[in-house]
Amino acid sequence: MSEIHFREMASKSWLNILTFLCGSAVGFVLCSQLLSILLEEQKDIQPSILHNDPHARHSDDSEQNHLEGQMNFDADASQHKDENTDIAEKLYQKVKILCWVMTGPQNLEKKAKHVKATWAQRCNKVLFMSSEENKDFPAVGLKTREGRDQLYWKTIKAFQYVHDHYLEDADWFMKADDDTYVILDNLRWLLSKYNPEEPIYFGRRFKPYVKQGYMSGGAGYVLSKEALKRFVEAFKTDKCTHSSSIEDLALGRCMEIINVEAGDSRDTTGKETFHPFVPEHHLIKGYLPRTFWYWNYNYYPPVEGPGCCSDLAVSFHYVDPTTMYELEYLVYHLRPYGYLYRYQPALPEKILKEQQNIPPLILNNLH
Amino acid sequence: MLSESSLFLKGVLLGSVFCVLITMLGHIKIDYGKRTHHHERHHLQAPNKEDILKISEDERTELSKSFRVYCIILVKPKDVRLWAAVKETWAKHCDKAEFFSSENVKVFESVNMETNDMWLMMRKAYKYAFDKYRDQYNWFFLAHPTTFAIIENLKYFLLKKNSSQPFYLGHTAKSGDLEYVSVGGGIVLSIESIKRLNSLLSIPEKCPEKGRMVREVSEDKQLAVCLKYAGVFAENAEDSKGKDVFNTKSVGIFIREAMTNHPNQVVEGCCSDMAITFNGLTCNQMYVMMYGVYHLRAFGHVFNDVLVFLPVNGSDND
Repeated sequence: MSEIHFREMASKSWLNILTFLCGSAVGFVLCSQLLSILLEEQKDIQPSILHNDPHARHSDDSEQNHLEGQMNFDADASQHKDENTDIAEKLYQKVKILCWVMTGPQNLEKKAKHVKATWAQRCNKVLFMSSEENKDFPAVGLKTREGRDQLYWKTIKAFQYVHDHYLEDADWFMKADDDTYVILDNLRWLLSKYNPEEPIYFGRRFKPYVKQGYMSGGAGYVLSKEALKRFVEAFKTDKCTHSSSIEDLALGRCMEIINVEAGDSRDTTGKETFHPFVPEHHLIKGYLPRTFWYWNYNYYPPVEGPGCCSDLAVSFHYVDPTTMYELEYLVYHLRPYGYLYRYQPALPEKILKEQQNIPPLILNNLH
Repeated sequence: MLSESSLFLKGVLLGSVFCVLITMLGHIKIDYGKRTHHHERHHLQAPNKEDILKISEDERTELSKSFRVYCIILVKPKDVRLWAAVKETWAKHCDKAEFFSSENVKVFESVNMETNDMWLMMRKAYKYAFDKYRDQYNWFFLAHPTTFAIIENLKYFLLKKNSSQPFYLGHTAKSGDLEYVSVGGGIVLSIESIKRLNSLLSIPEKCPEKGRMVREVSEDKQLAVCLKYAGVFAENAEDSKGKDVFNTKSVGIFIREAMTNHPNQVVEGCCSDMAITFNGLTCNQMYVMMYGVYHLRAFGHVFNDVLVFLPVNGSDND
């Protein structure tokens, strides 16, 4: 009796062990599957936000785009030992650009900081315009309120401030947002062909509402010294309206009234240089849906794919902090060694004249 | 019945706990391994600028043509979109690029390896490449379709390196005592290395088709084991400042990580000016990189380069 009982017990305990082992195997497998799925999901990249309104700006940022620190690509100067920047330096002296960046108290640390750490350093002079003064950053206080409806008023006040304090310090006056990335060297190349005493301004030209077109606010626009003078004068004499909820359109209307020409900012092959979006949105065919406002707004025939963007692009918009540094790296650092670029832009005349300035007579006399 | 099901559930619980522990340990081990063994890695540097400038004009052109790079890209049907992106972007800059797939995919031209196993695919691809092209190419670059490569920078890096020496380079990592090149950053073999590899592929004791471990060993580690028998050792490729030129991450990830780890500082630029690869890119990012590398630049910055590479014929994005 007890033997049978014992055997029953034995077989039952074997069954128990087996059940337990089965359970642990199942648990192990399920868990590993779950973990591998979870770990892979973390690699997903956040898609960029597409704005369905041509005059939409500064949307609410998701927390993921918030970058705490800053990156300095120039810390390692040895990588640039064989880089010749003579031409860039000459242009810096000859085409003086004052940049002012539209920002606000909430965005100084979130966005403007990264502008300051990257492209802003290449302006001959840079000012950060906010509704309130910040001595540490530093930012100029325009004494306005914040908000989308205040953009035009801030723009007027900012240009007025620049005119009153820095008119003689620059030839050209560039306005950008704190999510615009600007390549100053290329802007200088573009502007070197023009005279700052002419009434002209450049940017990404849009066609609706204004006969000669107007420049997209977010992609940034740049006024000649004469254009700035006329703009500021126009408000003193009430030629232009003070209030509008659409900054770039209102400015464009004003420019037309005061006879400031809307310039063609495309490069010598007809490619656009100022861009209202990040490179990805322009380079990928079909990224911007056919029904998007953009296709009807562009003054010149819009192009998507490789022909969208000049090699010497001047600006991109809706650039989040990470992309600021990526662009900085791609433009000023990473390059294909020895590569002969297809587009070989001509040296601006201002530089060419200087190269020819060594009189041959003097050289001969030295022998 | 009740006692059995409760026993089963206890087993499930134990199993999952065990699994989590192992996964966590695995992660910690890799991090620890990277930190302590850093100084034990073999490093290979980019050419010295002074040496280069002594070369004459004619020699430079000849030199540029002397690098013949054959690109092997291992693809699976699920990678179809990336495959197309790679084909239309950086692969055009290889002297020749071929895609090796696990199976035939309609519309996409590839060499069919007829296997799903990554190590088998890699072996067969190397054998195929060596058998067919040993006389035409002197450097062999292998990558996944998630990688973006700048072949011009690869050629610059190889400038003073003799392909008849056994080179095996890329972004190295360590697994125990084994130093291997991570496939994510791309693997470069000289003709000598691939020759030695080829002679070993037929010896199962040295170069088994199936790994000896119970757990699957990744194909890049298997390759390293094999090459070790042939006296070919992995070397980490770096620029003159010690920055990696083969990268297993994308630029965006580098930037985000650097900033997250040092929130209140200004960190040094993440990546080399002469970077050769980045990994983990999406299709769209491949096109953005093409524009960013081969087009977008700052006017007035001029370089005196020793090598000359002309744009590819009949291409519109570079």
